[in-house]
Amino acid sequence: MVDLSVDIGGLKLINPIMPASGTFSEELAEVFDLERLGAHVTKTITRDWRNGNPTPRVCEISGSMLNSIGIPSKGIQAFLENTIPFYRQYAAPLVVSISGNTADEFAALCADISVDGVDAIEVNISCPNIEEDGKAYAIRPSTTYEVMRKLRKATDLPLWAKLTPNTGETPEVARAAEEGGADALVVANTILSMAIDIDSRKPRLGNLMGGLSGPCLKPISLRMAYQCAKATNIPVIGCGGVSTAEDVIEYLIAGASAVQVGTASFLNPTAMIRIVDELVAWMVRNDVSSMDELIGSINDGEQSEGLVFMESAP
Amino acid sequence: MTVFEQTDSFDRKSDYPISELDLLVKSNEPVNHEYRQLILAAPADLLDRCRAGQFFHLLCPQTADHRPFLRRPMSIYGFYPQSGELHFLFKVTGTGTRALATLQPGDRLSVAGPLGKPFEIEDSWQHLVLVARGVGLATLAPLALEAHRLDRKLTAICSARHRDYLLSIDYFKDLGADVIAITDAEGTSDVDHLERLLEDLVQQGKADVFYTCGSNRILTLLKKIGKRHSIPGQIALEQQMACGLGMCHCCVRPFEQNGQIVNLRVCREGPVFDLQAALAW
Ligand SMILES: Cc1cc2nc3c(=O)[nH]c(=O)nc-3n(C[C@H](O)[C@H](O)[C@H](O)COP(=O)(O)OP(=O)(O)OC[C@H]3O[C@@H](n4cnc5c(N)ncnc54)[C@H](O)[C@@H]3O)c2cc1C
Ligand SMILES: Cc1cc2nc3c(=O)[nH]c(=O)nc-3n(C[C@H](O)[C@H](O)[C@H](O)COP(=O)(O)O)c2cc1C
Ligand code: FES
Repeated sequence: MVDLSVDIGGLKLINPIMPASGTFSEELAEVFDLERLGAHVTKTITRDWRNGNPTPRVCEISGSMLNSIGIPSKGIQAFLENTIPFYRQYAAPLVVSISGNTADEFAALCADISVDGVDAIEVNISCPNIEEDGKAYAIRPSTTYEVMRKLRKATDLPLWAKLTPNTGETPEVARAAEEGGADALVVANTILSMAIDIDSRKPRLGNLMGGLSGPCLKPISLRMAYQCAKATNIPVIGCGGVSTAEDVIEYLIAGASAVQVGTASFLNPTAMIRIVDELVAWMVRNDVSSMDELIGSINDGEQSEGLVFMESAP
Repeated sequence: MTVFEQTDSFDRKSDYPISELDLLVKSNEPVNHEYRQLILAAPADLLDRCRAGQFFHLLCPQTADHRPFLRRPMSIYGFYPQSGELHFLFKVTGTGTRALATLQPGDRLSVAGPLGKPFEIEDSWQHLVLVARGVGLATLAPLALEAHRLDRKLTAICSARHRDYLLSIDYFKDLGADVIAITDAEGTSDVDHLERLLEDLVQQGKADVFYTCGSNRILTLLKKIGKRHSIPGQIALEQQMACGLGMCHCCVRPFEQNGQIVNLRVCREGPVFDLQAALAW
């Protein structure tokens, strides 16, 4: 028997596979039984209605995609009335992703969303912070620490901080999130990117720039997950380019305790349950019986901190 | 005006209306310079769930020259539970459809669906009028079959650049439809002429509802005539898609609902929408 269960800061998951925020919704229940997932993670919401960005909101590039969806949000009221009750029918933990334009607004939403039926809050601190010229909170250790402190005070639920690859200070930001009170780190969001149509010379996204996701992102997120696991003592959830069980195992070996699957679900709506099945088969084949045997099992020798926390390519 | 995006809520499902399946290619033949008809072998339980106006999301193959990444939405052109066939009619335009054109009998194609909201035919709609241009015919063709099954009268106005590009005319005729062909080459497809044709149908009491898809000019005209005579209508619209299921919100378009502009997802609230709610672009 293989045991796929993992523990994310006290929250028990039946397996380490869960969706990434913004790439999952109630509609997927029309394709397979959502109970088979380790957790359910909802699209980032804000307190008020938001419209999202102009179309085109996605474009494909070789082997991956860019998106500039923005955060179209129904607002907190609709979320409390419709979304939370929907997920209550499942035993899988519900992780709600939120964001806010200012640290105080963010914290107020965090308090208001800490209701029955919610098992953890994923704070999307990779979104723009208006008080810092629109730079994401998680670009700098100082803004990360400040916003996490306020969020920590606002809720007793487990807090997962979603980091951004658009920083040059990954280990410092990870430590700042931990010190600010994060129970886990989600590593990571999309990386700021661009594509141009050479015939029209127009940007291929309505919003000019967008976030890169999918297979091309994986080496970057994997490197960050590794650094975050080394830099902190809280669980890391890998996110970026996962589409096979091998990808999951790679993240676990790097130090992640679970993974989120995003873009892969667009290509194959059943990707997440296929990955769970593949993971079981891989464990049986390789005589691995629990996730603990994999998590952080990387053979990286006695590398110096200078090398592990490097922020530039050699 | 407030602008917002709408989603709907669901009950927990024990059966799964949407499938992701690898289907066998039976044939993939050109029908003219630009269009091909793709026929897949499909299980009856999948075909039983299909409705006119719905679409599938196709994972186009990777070839040496073409490497599409996202799936491509394609209307159901025909679904035949008896013969176990699912048909698509597609125009070869870019990376994905060029890759799709390379499929050979015996190959497999991953499809996800059926997706989206189908056309409706209300009981009181006895005389249906369908106005189709170009590849829009692919979307409207199964509606003709459904009208035939429900014993409704159908007038199909088919518009194209040239007679050679008029698709499905015989298909509509075989189903007992009155077919009116209009072309750019003959100078019969302009808005004024189309308006006269439609007004004639209205005067003869042969227009209880309009169905159309994706042309701005036709949309604007049908909205005007529909409003003038209080005739309802439905339109199938297109938008670029990523998930096709309603998860990503990339496929939104603006619609007018109760005096507000709302963004609706073409893959989920559509692709079939109320004609008067649709906005020209
Ligand atoms: C609900 C729906 C039903 C459709 N039914 C049919 C049909 O029956 N027959 C047919 O020939 N075409 C149909 N289309 C259009 C078809 O999806 C596009 O022609 C196709 O995606 C083009 O892909 P490409 O890679 O060849 O072109 P490219 O231009 O290389 O595509 C680049 C990107 O833009 C997207 N895109 C380009 N044109 C369209 C478009 N018109 N609509 C949506 N996305 C687009 C592609 O999906 C891809 O993501 C339908 C579209 C929708 C939304
Ligand atoms: C269409 C789309 C929408 C997304 N929306 C959100 C969001 O609302 N909040 C968030 O934290 N991340 C969002 N993301 C980022 C994903 O959660 C994930 O971090 C990223 O896509 C990398 O994972 P992947 O390569 O598996 O897709 C979105 C990604 C995509 C592709
Ligand atoms: S394509 Fe993802 S919501 Fe419509």
